[in-house]
Amino acid sequence: MASFEGVRGYLQSMVSPLQYLATTPKRLLDWSLENVVTRRQLIDENQQLKSNELLFKEQLMQPSILKQENDRLRTLLRSPVRADSKKMGAEIISVDGDPYSHQVVIDKGANDGLHEGQAVIDGQGIVGQVLHTGTLTSRVLLITDISHAVPVRIQRNGIRLIANGTGAIERLSHNHVPHSTDIRVGDLLVTSGLGGKYPEGYPVAKVTAVRKDESRPFAQVQSEPVAQINRLRYLLLLWPNQKNSVFSTSSTVTSKGN
Amino acid sequence: MFAHNGIIIILTLLIALMASITPLPLSIDAFRPDWVLVVLLYWCLALPTKVNVITAWLMGFLLDVLLGSVLGVHAAAMALTVYIVAGNFQKIRNFSVWQQALIAGVLSALYHLLVFWFQRFLSDAVFLPSYLYPVLTTIVLWPWAFLLLRKVRRHFKIK
Repeated sequence: MASFEGVRGYLQSMVSPLQYLATTPKRLLDWSLENVVTRRQLIDENQQLKSNELLFKEQLMQPSILKQENDRLRTLLRSPVRADSKKMGAEIISVDGDPYSHQVVIDKGANDGLHEGQAVIDGQGIVGQVLHTGTLTSRVLLITDISHAVPVRIQRNGIRLIANGTGAIERLSHNHVPHSTDIRVGDLLVTSGLGGKYPEGYPVAKVTAVRKDESRPFAQVQSEPVAQINRLRYLLLLWPNQKNSVFSTSSTVTSKGN
Repeated sequence: MFAHNGIIIILTLLIALMASITPLPLSIDAFRPDWVLVVLLYWCLALPTKVNVITAWLMGFLLDVLLGSVLGVHAAAMALTVYIVAGNFQKIRNFSVWQQALIAGVLSALYHLLVFWFQRFLSDAVFLPSYLYPVLTTIVLWPWAFLLLRKVRRHFKIK
């Protein structure tokens, strides 16, 4: 099976010229939209960005101190320090016309060091994972695809759930949630890091509906992805820095107990 | 001069492939006609010795790779649909363009239903009426594609 996945990668790179050609009109339009702007608009945008940057820098001050402190405490506990992972920006070339799957093609491939199963995020949260890598392009499976699921936990209280794609762009579903679970509309779901595909702590979805119908075996929970899946353009690729970050903590704890 | 070895045919098929993956606004996207199927149908009716089930399978396979679906889904649906045309090309050839348009619509519906059945088998997809919207645009597209491709065939004297 592994070699067959490689074949799929070759096929992907074989058809990438066709994809580039097919998206040329769109890219021309985008290019002209970016280049034909007035000076006034550019100045306005520049000011907006500058004030945003100031805001973000201010927000960053507190967490950076906390992170240092956290790292120090983790070293004291002899658990591995969470290092920053490698990141790379990418742009979407095309979105599939196929109504049965939610996938996008991005302009980075194996030449840029991408590998299968890598996490992809946008400015808001988790978008999906790399499905096939070609030489120059690769395919990203979105979290809303019907064959996709993300292990998440509720940020408020740490309860673990699984977010399944439903095939609808604005909805994720959660199966096997007991009625007694403390979950409310508006709860933020973040990646739990279990499963090893997605790094821990990135936002995935917000709970939009909780129906606790006692005649059914489980509560019906739905959520909406926080990433703007239907208006994606620029994405960020993440490289996992260490595997099993969650389990390594517990193993050190048990070894200390002995 | 170089048209006899089928380069023009391959070129039209490649253009059809590109048209079927060009990004469109979400509202029109569901109505995207089956470009590849229409072009395949034309060549299969005009030159059944050159374009046949194998060509259809290859085109469907390329479509699979381009759309990222499970390999073989579009290939099988395309090959089965074109098989019906290849079996009846002498009858369909004699129909008027409007009757041919209706036949193209029926074949396109069959194609989409086949794709749906394969997807249903693989991933529990749920049927939505929007999966059959392309049938309408394919019927509208057929006469124009037919006239254009006939002009291409006569101009380059493809036999």
